[in-house]
Amino acid sequence: MTALHSRAIGRDLLRRDGRLKVTGTAPYAYEGPLGKPAYCHLIQATIARGRVTGMDTTSAQAIDGVITVLTADNAERLASTEDNELAVLQSDEVAFRGQIIGAVIAETSEVARHAAGTVQVTYAQEPHDVELSVDRADLYKPYKINPAYPTDTADGDVAAAMASAPVTLENTYTTAMYHNNPMEPHTTTALWDGSLTMWDSTQGVHSARSVIARVFGFDHEQVRVVCPYVGGGFGSKGTPHAHVVVAVMAARATPGRAVKLALTRQQMFFLTGYRTPTIQKMQLAADRDGHLAAIALDVVEQTSRIKEFAEQTGMPTRSMYAAPNRRTTHRLAALDVPVPTWMRAPGECPGMFGPEVALDELAEQLGLDPIELRIRNEPSVDPDSGRPWSSRNLIACLREGAERFGWAERDPAPGVRRQGDWLVGTGVAASVYPTYRMAVSTATLRYERSRYVVEIGAADLGTGTWTTLPQIAADALGVDVDDVDARIGDTDYPIASVAGGSSGMSTWGSAIVEAARAFRDKFGTDPADGDEAEGSVSPPTGKYAMHAFGAQFVEARVHADTGEIRVPRLLGVFAAGRIINPRTARSQFIGGMTMGLSMALHEQSVLDPRFGHVVNHDFADYHISVCADVGDVQAHWIDEYDPHVNAMGSKGIGEIGIVGTAAAVVNAVHHATGVRVRDLPVTLDKVLAQLTPN
Amino acid sequence: MKPFAYQAPGDAATAVRSVAADPAAVFLGGGTNLVDHLKLGVAAPDLIVDVTAATSNEITDDGAGGLRIGAAVPNSELAADRRVRDRYPVVAQALLSGASGQLRNMATTGGNPLQRTRCVYFQDVTTPCNKRKSGSGCSAIGGYTRYHAILGASEQCIATHPSDLAVALAALDAEVRVLGAAGERGIPFVDLHRLPGEHPELDTVLEHGELILSIDLPPLPMAARSAYRKVRDRASYAFALVSVAAAVDVADGIVRDARIAFGGVAHKPWRATKAEESLRGAPASDDSYRAAAQTELAGAQAQDGIDGGNAFKILLLTRTLVATLRDLAHEET
Amino acid sequence: MKTELSLDVDGEPYHLAVDTRMTLLDLLRERLGKMSPKKGCDHGQCGACTVLINGRRALACLALAVAHDGSEVVTADGLAHDGALHPVAQAFLDHDAFQCGYCTPGQICSAVGMLDEFAQGWPSAATIYPASEPELDHDEVAERMSGNLCRCGAYANIVPAVQDAAGQMAPR
Repeated sequence: MTALHSRAIGRDLLRRDGRLKVTGTAPYAYEGPLGKPAYCHLIQATIARGRVTGMDTTSAQAIDGVITVLTADNAERLASTEDNELAVLQSDEVAFRGQIIGAVIAETSEVARHAAGTVQVTYAQEPHDVELSVDRADLYKPYKINPAYPTDTADGDVAAAMASAPVTLENTYTTAMYHNNPMEPHTTTALWDGSLTMWDSTQGVHSARSVIARVFGFDHEQVRVVCPYVGGGFGSKGTPHAHVVVAVMAARATPGRAVKLALTRQQMFFLTGYRTPTIQKMQLAADRDGHLAAIALDVVEQTSRIKEFAEQTGMPTRSMYAAPNRRTTHRLAALDVPVPTWMRAPGECPGMFGPEVALDELAEQLGLDPIELRIRNEPSVDPDSGRPWSSRNLIACLREGAERFGWAERDPAPGVRRQGDWLVGTGVAASVYPTYRMAVSTATLRYERSRYVVEIGAADLGTGTWTTLPQIAADALGVDVDDVDARIGDTDYPIASVAGGSSGMSTWGSAIVEAARAFRDKFGTDPADGDEAEGSVSPPTGKYAMHAFGAQFVEARVHADTGEIRVPRLLGVFAAGRIINPRTARSQFIGGMTMGLSMALHEQSVLDPRFGHVVNHDFADYHISVCADVGDVQAHWIDEYDPHVNAMGSKGIGEIGIVGTAAAVVNAVHHATGVRVRDLPVTLDKVLAQLTPN
Repeated sequence: MKPFAYQAPGDAATAVRSVAADPAAVFLGGGTNLVDHLKLGVAAPDLIVDVTAATSNEITDDGAGGLRIGAAVPNSELAADRRVRDRYPVVAQALLSGASGQLRNMATTGGNPLQRTRCVYFQDVTTPCNKRKSGSGCSAIGGYTRYHAILGASEQCIATHPSDLAVALAALDAEVRVLGAAGERGIPFVDLHRLPGEHPELDTVLEHGELILSIDLPPLPMAARSAYRKVRDRASYAFALVSVAAAVDVADGIVRDARIAFGGVAHKPWRATKAEESLRGAPASDDSYRAAAQTELAGAQAQDGIDGGNAFKILLLTRTLVATLRDLAHEET
Repeated sequence: MKTELSLDVDGEPYHLAVDTRMTLLDLLRERLGKMSPKKGCDHGQCGACTVLINGRRALACLALAVAHDGSEVVTADGLAHDGALHPVAQAFLDHDAFQCGYCTPGQICSAVGMLDEFAQGWPSAATIYPASEPELDHDEVAERMSGNLCRCGAYANIVPAVQDAAGQMAPR
């Protein structure tokens, strides 16, 4: 791969969409000017399992302004019902509480919502089962884990190593159920006039088109999906959920008139996916110098009865550290719950909680610095695949982070530092995220009115795509970045992969580099107006194990009387290849770390087994960090150029920031208090009883 | 949200007449709780009577060191008032520890104490709740109880009252002036809210159509040294797990007098009279504070729950009271 | 049920008949097409809908439109004058104090309202004793901005942006 000469790449450029965003005029999916749209409000099941035996829509139909009420009795039959999550209004079966069982289309949003509440529903309720535990007899081994990895791996003999090693650790760690909760609720505006136009809040317009076309049996040419701006997604907007299908049904019920369907915040807790809770049984065996003899992680997690999603929680354990004896397993319980999905760093995020806390515990047992313990177990090649690393700079991240954070002065003794009423401690954990490049993406480069225009159906979730794609194109063409425009977020542009797996820049950028190459080959350096060339990404060679790495440092303070936990300092150092735009990159790193802090301290979807739903289903009760929870957050990176990952030498950075943060927080809380919390979130009640007050 | 009529009378008597005459009518203050409930289906009035123009938005001196706070005074203005900050810092601190700047600009003095519980089952019309629908059952018992009561609960309801301001007002022996169809009356603030008992659907002793005109803070010199300590699950913009409103008068290392109320632990702001009694004449020490907490909490009852229950709140409240009193007493000497 | 009301939004007068159930947020977005205030939760739990009502920051999602007859409403879009961004908006841009942008207009209106509150000497919970005179330090800004959730986690840039804007707006 020829290296790109970087001039625009690496520059700290302001966001091109920034002005629209600070004035609130960037149009999100609900916000296009569309004349007089109709409004759609969903009706949801209030049982977790059974059948709908009747829906009386008489009073709803009678309300002035109601256009129609969709139910399973009158909704159109879908062309494909193979995806049970999307087979909405196709039968009377209820598979989870909150499932869509109807929808009202009305002249105004007030009328639609009011009418939805007047529909009388009767059910034949069946007992439901929503409780995840390691003791369930029906845990099963999925065929693969997300997206297509082997479910279990084993090398050597972990049990033998555990029996013979001088130092061992065996603990169970748990992470909670989490909801993505992007600030922009999932929204679809749909217009049917023989063909379909959808303004959908999505991480991928082409993948959304492909799914909707399949479900309705449309040709791709019949469907246009538009999404120039996304108010966050974090995975939950990676693929259409059931409400998108309803929005299209509603549009087809009112031809020629756009229909707006915005989920309420509460509905998002039922219908847009979530991260499964995980139960992680961790085993470590080591010699007295801290060299691992065995590392094993057995994961139990949930999926829904109607659709499988197997979070790849064991993946990072397969590659992070050297040990001759290794095992990872995944077992699922299929429950009467909503369908789980991707949430920022699926696999790596929960999967670096148990292991990174366990390493901290092992370091304490060994009397070894936790950074040194990690350094001693640095693998020379990927222990999972045996492939060489394309680049691996975990140790550099740990060392630079230690330097910047002031780790050297740290007294390892837990529970001995106090400032005023606060116990103070510090912790560290490692971060990792694979460097993916998707198989399909194409970019067009055109010379238009003396400017270069890149077109690709890519997405900007706040990640900076509007700004960074022109930087890549400028260097690929050898022109000034100010002479390049980007057009994204529309299926009218060439196909782009979904913004997921931190693969966007790597994938779309590679396509742009190819397009630039083709453009220069065809037209040289003096193109004519309208000259145009196309380029596509090529799949990775598979010769290397490709990952970004990082180290996160945390200072935690715990109130000696009340157990309140505050995190005044978060510092991360990352090795993520070449950084395209340091400004937007920094925001992604600190954003991931802040979400990791939120996960550590607050987040937890509380599933009430009696009803089968998450009862804290709003922003008052599902706490995410607020401004006052967040102190000094610093992200740094080491100078890394990886020639094997792509032409830019860049790795994905959207997800690695959330990986390891929660472990670092828990480790810091332990250092502050001496209390080891193995179940997230780490809330005051989990440390309170073990604190000695003033 | 069901259709409703809207009125905004310019005087309290008209507002009271309108609401008293219609069982499905409600008053609207800042709207921060009612509009929420309209959307959730928790409230479905036929008539909304906006009283922000019908009640006073002024804070006036009573001439004896006390203050009369008009019901329409926004929470933010009340917290910013110099007299309040000097004479009753516990009130300003309680207000400022609640909600957000935006909400405090909207919420009113009369409305804040009348906000309803944030129990997740109360707010979700798909789960049974005796407070929302009498006799339907309590889903919170045995459910998600982290924010639920440890004091004064009943088998019908274990909800807590969410207001911070109300906790401070309960500690200060404030009085509520109300106007009803039968005329004006004063209610000691500590008697405004009820325990759930057999009728959790009733939050307060107010009759339908009774409107809060003002809240009167009596002169209380010791309140100049008062504080509100709120412990919650995030650093801001969250309801209390527990909270303490306290004023103490300490001289020569002895507690001469104390005013204490708890929040986040009962169906009403919990005036801790037993703790106060235990403290009077006691040495100003952690031991005394702890003993006071233990006396008050002797009858506390933790709730089991799907999240591990709320037993931790008994210890947490004890620790919070001790820390609050310690800080206040330190300030004193 | 409909009722008539007059409003001034971003400097433009409007007179219209609205459903009594309509919130100010839905009026702005669905009737007037003013999409700058966002709907993030619709229950006063996120701050994305923050606008200035008669100069004070408030949540449009919890405001019944009918209750604000005669009010002057300013959205983040209306803060810009003659093509120049408001100093707070400019500071958000300069500090990259956002990613997805959805909470941003609410953050900016909140910051504008908050700086005015601060200038008037209003206290906050970060000010230990409400009688004291606060400084606009990190904790002070963070507490006063805590009514605006940001899921992208831009808080660490939002606080310096607000401080920077405050410095530029301070009377010299």
